[in-house]
Order: sequence, then structure tokens, then C-alpha cells
Amino acid sequence: MSDDAQLVRERTETLLRAHPPQSTEDGDFLAAQYDAGLAWVHFPEGFGGLGLGRDLQSQIQAQIAEAGGPAALAGINGIGIGMAAPTLIAFGTDGQRRRYLRDIWSGARICCQLFSEPGAGSDLAAVATRAVRDGDEWVVNGQKVWTSGAHKADIAILVARTDVDVPKHAGLTYFMVDMHQPGIEVRPLRQITGEAEFNEVFLTDVRVPDADRVGDIGQGWKVANATLNNERVAIGGGARQRETGMIGIVAGAWRDDPALRRPEMHDEMMRLWVEAEVLRLAGMRLGQQLAKGAPGPESAAMKLGFARHAQTLSGFEIELQGEEGLRFDEWAMKRPDHVDFNGRGPGYRYLRAKGNSIEGGTSEIMRNVVAERVLGLPPEHRVDKDMPFKEMPR
Amino acid sequence: MTAQPTADLLYTPDEEDLRRSVRKLLSQKATPEANAAVYDQPLEGVAPVWGELAGVGLAALLVPEEHGGAGATAREAAIAAEELGRNVAPTPFLTSAVIATTVLAHAGATDRLEALAAGESVAALALPFSARTLPAPSVTADGGRLSGRITSVAGAPGADLLIVPVVDGATTRLHLVDVGSEGVTVTPVLSLDMTRQLADIELTGAAGEALEGDASAAVEAGLLTGAALLASEQLGVAEWCLETTLDYAKTRHQFGRPIGSYQALKHRFADLFLDVSLARAAARYAADCAARGDADLAVAASVAQSFCSAVSVKAAEECVQLHGGIGMTWEYPAHLYLKRAKADQVALGTGAAHRAALGGLVGLPPA
Ligand SMILES: Cc1cc2nc3c(=O)[nH]c(=O)nc-3n(C[C@H](O)[C@H](O)[C@H](O)COP(=O)(O)OP(=O)(O)OC[C@H]3O[C@@H](n4cnc5c(N)ncnc54)[C@H](O)[C@@H]3O)c2cc1C
Repeated sequence: MSDDAQLVRERTETLLRAHPPQSTEDGDFLAAQYDAGLAWVHFPEGFGGLGLGRDLQSQIQAQIAEAGGPAALAGINGIGIGMAAPTLIAFGTDGQRRRYLRDIWSGARICCQLFSEPGAGSDLAAVATRAVRDGDEWVVNGQKVWTSGAHKADIAILVARTDVDVPKHAGLTYFMVDMHQPGIEVRPLRQITGEAEFNEVFLTDVRVPDADRVGDIGQGWKVANATLNNERVAIGGGARQRETGMIGIVAGAWRDDPALRRPEMHDEMMRLWVEAEVLRLAGMRLGQQLAKGAPGPESAAMKLGFARHAQTLSGFEIELQGEEGLRFDEWAMKRPDHVDFNGRGPGYRYLRAKGNSIEGGTSEIMRNVVAERVLGLPPEHRVDKDMPFKEMPR
Repeated sequence: MTAQPTADLLYTPDEEDLRRSVRKLLSQKATPEANAAVYDQPLEGVAPVWGELAGVGLAALLVPEEHGGAGATAREAAIAAEELGRNVAPTPFLTSAVIATTVLAHAGATDRLEALAAGESVAALALPFSARTLPAPSVTADGGRLSGRITSVAGAPGADLLIVPVVDGATTRLHLVDVGSEGVTVTPVLSLDMTRQLADIELTGAAGEALEGDASAAVEAGLLTGAALLASEQLGVAEWCLETTLDYAKTRHQFGRPIGSYQALKHRFADLFLDVSLARAAARYAADCAARGDADLAVAASVAQSFCSAVSVKAAEECVQLHGGIGMTWEYPAHLYLKRAKADQVALGTGAAHRAALGGLVGLPPA
């Protein structure tokens, strides 16, 4: 075991002794984990980390889990933990990091992502939501859409337009926004599964202190891309043990229920098993590569692979289940507390997986990112790239 | 083994007339909102639109004229199936007017056909919708009283007549059971495709009218005709998805251009167009074989199921994907087609099951 690994092991032991999981509320434990620098071990000291290798985090989580402690709240606060936090480390001020990181890790404040708009999905740089400077504050007006978990959120990451006279990429600025304030209206949008996981968010004269601006004015596109690269890792990374996640469910059904097995489906079962295993290994490898650096555009390829696999596998599961695959558990309109792609039956898994190739950038956009930014192929002709935003036809 | 040179794979003018009238009626009476409503408010009984469709003769297509029917063929029924795929209205066309009607006609229960043809009665074959062939019956008869349970029966919610395969010594016989009678419980279940809802059937000493003769041939005929015509429904689903997505790609702009102007999407559309064209040929051949009672029907039906079920799922998946976020919403009708396509893929046997059967039919055993 390396010195770093040894140090981290001891610190985790100390944390567990001082805050025994059995008698500590999860939120309090997580806050203490943050204070001990064991939340994001690769973050700087004082901000939830120890400035060590990212790969040590899984060791910490395993040690905590073994002692019966809480897992990271990725399911409940995935946007906060996986996206907002690393963005604040890369671009935020110390004041912003202090204000937000601890609460994000402990789950005291849930975060949502106010990026997409009706007219700006794949073309995120085309967002039209305006932020206008007013003294020490910004006044925000506009409409966001597909905002997952906005109904549960305390804070948001927001991309808004602060300059309409420059081309679209140059006029964006990134903000942290308090979701509990007048002028923010969240309306549920029901989705394919019957529930309303995402929302429309209307922003009317919402006031944001300049102290909550992340990065420079006009730097929003760069900051947002840091968020998106982290989002793609969050979506594309994932299960560590063999047969965890969806493949575990499907392989488990094949293994445990001989009545389901069909000779003509065996090869496809095994092909998908291999794909799951290869993705797991590639995710592990990506994690090792990331041990020091921040995720780059390569993460787009992993997200692509994850989406394709989840969709093929969940489609196969319905066919494998046959009669059971024709049934469904629940169509009622609900606003879920958190999202678990695998949490319900085969029909839910199949339908929810369809979102995997859309959320966080579509698979077509991922292919463009890989082709142009990783492989260096000549870019598509972008007609409005150099046009001031206000002259763009919309 | 080769396709019959006599097969007619085009649409006749009469068939196009039938298509127009069905499409017109459906566009007026089965709106996407009405079709989606069954997910929240499952139908009690049969959808009112079925009465209207029966009024223009859809329930009577496969009933011989001497029994009050239209004496049409599977070719015309396939047109209706295509249009019902394009619309995904909740109707018992496939389960009652195709499968149950074919079984009753083959089993000689012709006295029941007139009410079916008139749309006054709706029947369902009491088998799990996933069955490609007659499974070992789960219902037994004791002194004419039926007991047992059959799960996931399509078209059973709203049906008044159940055709129940029953073990009788070494053979299987069909019993006709009236839904209202004692000892019959039909419990609708939440289904992936609520526009063709399933039900579980529980029989506890129910009275049934036993039909003469062995059930296998009649049930196989019903399932085979059903599989052949389901392909046309799948074609209709795929056509709607292709056309709707194409329209969207021409109008939705991102990066200052219609998304359909990207070559990556153009190629996807071209591939999908090819798949749908191939599916149309397969579905037409299956319908034509069924219409002529061609000996190649079993091959044609399995070819069509294997191919069309996959194309229909692919088209619906592309429809969701190429709409982006909107495709994932409840408000936009794409999800109704995805659910129908996916359920249809399992219905009457998966593609893999049909390919396995086909291997036997064309002399290509697995080992
Ligand atoms: C379940 C779910 C959750 C989401 N959660 C959030 C959230 O919390 N916050 C948030 O801000 N957003 C969220 N989104 C929105 C998501 O990021 C967008 O839907 C996505 O970026 C696509 O944008 P769009 O919906 O406008 O589709 P469009 O951009 O209109 O795309 C339509 C189709 O065109 C294709 N296309 C577009 N441009 C090109 C091109 N140049 N080349 C080839 N094909 C192209 C797309 O790939 C897609 O298939 C969520 C979406 C889903 C489905």
C-alpha cells in the first residue's frame, strides 16, 4: 500500500471512530467526512479534499461502506456532487467553494442544472436566458427546460447570456443560483415513464449576487464545458464490481430462472455480458487516467458506450422476460425524489434508458465531440459561429 | 422454398380506398390525447372508436359472408392493421377481429361469428400474448367446469367471449366462456402498452361450451394469421415514426441549421427508409400468403415477424432519439409508439423465437 493510501486509510479510521455511522445521522457523517478531507480526496485541503490522487476515493468509500457508513449521495445530488463541485474547484472563488461544497457533499443543499432551453439543447451556446448587471447583482429572465430534479433543488448551476453583441459562445456567463427565491417557477414535465423527473423552470427578474458568478463575465461557455465533461464522466463511469448495475439484474434473471432461458437468446446474453464487462474495465481505466487530471473530451466516448449498452441491454431484457416484459409496474404521475435508472422493473429500465443518449449531450453530439475534438477531423460548417448573438435568426 | 411468383405485393385500388376510410375515421376519433388517456384511465369495456370502426366493417373483414361477414381477406385486414399501427388507437382488432375470429372459424364455432362481425361481441383467445404457439394449457376441465389461471392475455379487458384452450386427456380442446358468467374473473393489469392492455384470467369452476375436435390446428391458424398481420401493424408503427421524425428534422434548427441537414442524420434516415421498405415487402408477402392460404405462410409469417418487429422498434427508438428531450415527454406521442413497438416485439413470439422456428422450416437447424 502506498503512503498516500495508508494515510487515507488511517484518516478514514479516525473519522469512523469519531463519528460511528451507527449513531450518527448520515448528513452529519458526510459533513464530517468533508471536514476530514475525505469527500473528494483529490480536491485541495480545506475544500473537502487532501490534494491526493482521485483513485483513492474508491478506497475511502469502500472503507466507509464496510463500516456501515453512508454512500456518497450521487443518486440524490448527482448534479451537485458530480458536476457543480468540480466546476467550483476549477473556476470558483474560495468564498464560493466555502459557501457550497460542504452542503453539496452532505446533501444539505441539492443542486439542479439550468442549462437547456427550448431553443438551445444540443446547441447549448445558443441559450437566450438573459442576465443583466444591476450594481452588485444580476437580474435574470428566461425559460429553462428538461431541468431534472428542479422540484427538489435548493441551488442551481445556470448558464445565461450577458452580452448579445458578441458571437454566441463569447456572451455567456455561469452562475450559482438560489432556487428558493421569488421569480423562480418550477413546473413538472411528465416523461415517457409516467413520472415527472424533469421540469420547466421560468425565471422572472431573479436576482443573483455577483459573488455567485462562477468564472469571468463572458467565460460561461468554458465553465459550462468543464461541467459537461464531468457530467459525461458521471454518466459514463459507474459500476466498479463485475455484474453491478443493469447487467447484474439481467444476468441474475438468466442465472436464477431457468424457465426464462432460451437457446436462441444465449449468444446475445453473453455478447451483452461481455460488453458490460469491457465497459467496466474501460471505466476503471478511465478512472486511473483521471487520477491526476480533469476529464477531457475523451469522456464523451465513454458516455456514448454507456448509453448504447444500457439501451441494448434493457431492450434485450424485455424480450428475455417475455410475458413479464409486457407488464408494467406503475404509470402514475409522480415527482420522484431521486432517479435510479435500474430501480424499477424491465419496462421502466427500458424507457428510462432512452434518456441516456439525450441527457448530458446526445449521442450524436458525443460522436461530433469525439470526431472533432478527440480525433481532430475537420469541423462541421457552423453558420452562426462568428455572428453576434443578436443577429442570429431565431 | 422460393417466394411464390403469384404473390401480389402491391396495394390494390380497393385496398387504398379502405385505407383512406380507416385513416380518416381514426384521425377524427382517435387523437393522440385520447390514445394516451388510457394510461391514466384504463378503458372500461371496449373503446368507443371500435364501434365506429366496426361500423365501416373492420370487425367483419375475416368473417365469411355466409356468417354475416364481409368475406374479405387477410390482405384487407393487413391494411386495417397498418392504419391501426399508424394510429395506435386502443382497439381489439388484432386480438378479436383477426386472432379470435380465425380460431372460431377454424374450430367451426361459426354461430359466434355474426355478433363478432357486427361489432356486438368482442372475443379473445385466452393465451399469454407472448405465446408464438399453443403452450401446455393451464386450465383443466372437471365435469365441464373449467378451473385455472391464464396470465397476460391481450384483448381480454373488454372482451365478452373467451376462447379457452383446456387439457382433455391427451388432447387440447377449446371451450367458449362468457365473461359475465359465474366463476370467471378478468383482472386487467398495468401493461407496457396500455393501448393494448392485458388481463389475467381466473377460472374457478366456470361453465364453458366445449367445441368439437382438437384445438391445436385452430389455435395455430389463429396465431399464425395473427403473426402475419401483426407485421403490418408493425409496418404502420414504423411508417408513422419515420414520417413524423422526418418532418421534425426538416423544421427543428440547432446550430443555425435544420437538424436534418446534418449528414449523420441524413444517413440514419436513409437507412431507416430502407428498413421500412424491406419491412413493407415482408409484411405484404405475409398478408398475401395468409389471404391465399399459401403453403409458405408459416415461413412468410416468421420472416415478417422477425424482420418487422425489429424495424418497428428501431423506428420508434430513432423517433424518440431524434426528437431529443421532446421525445422523452409524455405530451409528445412518440412514447405511445415506442411502447406499442416494444410490446409488439414480444407479442406472438420474439424475433429470436421466430428465427429459431424458421430454422426448422427452411432446413437450417442450429446444430
Ligand atoms: C432525461 C433527461 C434529463 C435531462 N436533464 C437536464 C437537466 O437537468 N438540465 C439541463 O439543462 N438539461 C437536461 N436535459 C436536456 C438535454 O441536455 C437535452 O435534451 C439535449 O442536450 C438535447 O437537446 P434538445 O432536446 O433540444 O434536442 P435537439 O438539440 O433539438 O436535438 C434533436 C436531435 O438532433 C440531433 N442533433 C442536433 N444537433 C446535431 C448535429 N450537429 N449533428 C447531428 N445530430 C444533431 C440530436 O442528437 C437529437 O437527436 C435532460 C434531457 C433528458 C432527456
